[in-house]
Amino acid sequence: MSVWLNASSRILVQGITGAEGTKHTRRMVASGTSVVAGVTPGKGGQTVDGGSGDIAVFGSVSEAVEATGADVSVVFVPPRFAKAAVVETVDAGVPLCVVITEGIPVGDTAQFFQYAQNAGSTQIIGPNCPGIISPGQSNAGIIPADITGAGPIGLVSKSGTLTYQMMYELRDFGFSTGIGIGGDPVIGTTHIDALAAFEADPDTEAIVMIGEIGGDAEERAAAYIAANVTKPVVGYVAGFTAPEGKTMGHAGAIVSGSSGTAAAKAEALEAAGVQVGKTPSATADLMRAVLRARS
Amino acid sequence: MDLFEYQAKELFAKHDVPVTPGAVAFTVSEARSAAEEFGGMVVVKAQVKTGGRGKAGGVKLADNADDAEAKAADILGLDIKGHVVRRLLITPAADIETEYYVSFLLDRANRTYLAMASVEGGMDIEEVARTKPEALAKVPVDALAGVDEAKAREIVAAAQFPADVADQVADVLQKLWRVIVDEDATLVEVNPLVKTPDGQILALDGKVTLDENADFRHPDHAQYEARDETDPLELAAKEKDLNYVKLDGSVGIIGNGAGLVMSTLDVVAYAGEEFGGVKPANFLDIGGGASAEVMANGLEIILSDPQVKAVFVNVFGGITSCDAVANGIVQAFTMLAERGDAVDLPIVCRLDGNNVEEGRRILDEAEHGVVELVDTMDAAARRVAELAAAK
Repeated sequence: MSVWLNASSRILVQGITGAEGTKHTRRMVASGTSVVAGVTPGKGGQTVDGGSGDIAVFGSVSEAVEATGADVSVVFVPPRFAKAAVVETVDAGVPLCVVITEGIPVGDTAQFFQYAQNAGSTQIIGPNCPGIISPGQSNAGIIPADITGAGPIGLVSKSGTLTYQMMYELRDFGFSTGIGIGGDPVIGTTHIDALAAFEADPDTEAIVMIGEIGGDAEERAAAYIAANVTKPVVGYVAGFTAPEGKTMGHAGAIVSGSSGTAAAKAEALEAAGVQVGKTPSATADLMRAVLRARS
Repeated sequence: MDLFEYQAKELFAKHDVPVTPGAVAFTVSEARSAAEEFGGMVVVKAQVKTGGRGKAGGVKLADNADDAEAKAADILGLDIKGHVVRRLLITPAADIETEYYVSFLLDRANRTYLAMASVEGGMDIEEVARTKPEALAKVPVDALAGVDEAKAREIVAAAQFPADVADQVADVLQKLWRVIVDEDATLVEVNPLVKTPDGQILALDGKVTLDENADFRHPDHAQYEARDETDPLELAAKEKDLNYVKLDGSVGIIGNGAGLVMSTLDVVAYAGEEFGGVKPANFLDIGGGASAEVMANGLEIILSDPQVKAVFVNVFGGITSCDAVANGIVQAFTMLAERGDAVDLPIVCRLDGNNVEEGRRILDEAEHGVVELVDTMDAAARRVAELAAAK
């Protein structure tokens, strides 16, 4: 088991003929992922060399789904075309849509998120995220597959490289699923969605949650944990030294007035019984102690 | 990007939201001529991207052009919460009967938009929300459905605007919503929206935040960038497409990925406590690839910051493995030398991830003299803080 993505997931890549799309398709295939189709409008009928065989390119998501039974879409298309790409995925009824694209106008994201909510049949992860990986089973996105193996930890993070860092630090235990939810102000899957899924997943024994400045998602997650999560959760929050009013790389990472600070987030998590590490390594050590105490 | 009040009002006017006329002044003489042009009483308003201008003495009424010149002299150069006043808005004084509040903003938590409105405008709206929450109406706005006349009337009713202004406010709300949609704004706020004695509704102030991710469809938004008020290092970095934020410490930071770089700043600040409060000098995310050229450009910006005493390069080799990153660093030094920028500050480098042994070997063997490799992020942060403190 794992969360949302497993060995039988059938992946299609939107924007497969672009440089990033092709590169990461090959990496996904190399890590054992079943990439069954690509989509690029106007390029239906072509193929892309996936590294171990050609992958058929379709002109639309619905054609790709009909021909291949794809049930996960990974979106690499440029920001200006991203909204149309996600709407197409929702219309085709694809259950999971992972939006890797960085730099999508937040108004577009708010619209395609609402569109998906109205349809009720597609879960969106991202945008501006590294994707989701269930090590040893499937990898939908750009998370390097070779930094860790399968294991008992579930991870949810706003940040890509901190995800990689944490997976690498805890490779001695391994991960059930790692979910990069993205650093934009509006995201399709929240910390809470991921926590609920990990709580329900029998293969996940403990959860690492990585947050950063901006918004109040971590505070809301803390309240959710206190009320609903029985598995141990270890947390890390980045951005204690971020000044007010400056965007720190991620569009969503900004302290506005007194809201969105790292200190408030860490405090809320600790009040909910989550152990919060001061550095990524210290957080990994806390997780190790949790898992050792259970075995 | 936050806009100045006068820029926000320009956008309002573009979308037919009623505003008072105004002129921007960068000097006292410009303030004077603007006041002369308008005639009569004017308001001299500091243009800074922060609230609380009035309390800080940044908004003053002037009786005539002479007075406007004097008030402009008082306000220009004022420091309001760390923002130095470099520009003023001169606007004819409007008679005010009542002050209201309206805004639209992106509601991150609910992943949609929110309309807020109150008949008790003029003051700090966060204060109203705290002390008298029932006086601030909050109405969710569906991102797809938007604000049509029915929605606007729903907001007007929720905030209990009086009947004599209901039509005008509903109209203004629909026009302000066009600013959100047509300009890709994430915040549009009018405080106060006023009723004049003759019953006109006017936006007396304006606050707009534009989404820079949408710049590709708004080439005209480039005019709102206040280059003269941006840190020169941040400007130089932007020209090279680097994601850089200037801070005030002494340890230059380069890393890959926004989260890892934010984390690096924190870890350096913690370690710096031990060395008399050494702090990070900047945020710089060079992204996943970490190519030689991007690394060289990044180092160039950081080394041109006179406050920097030592540099911490913190890279996790994921998508790009560590050997490629190490080669990038070595080539960056060569490129910098060719540009005439010899690297003479200590550089602490922490490299981890895929193919780390090869990456470390490449860095060890390169004859650069200034790079010190440290295995872990925490230990590297401690070492760089120590080096910066010793300088």
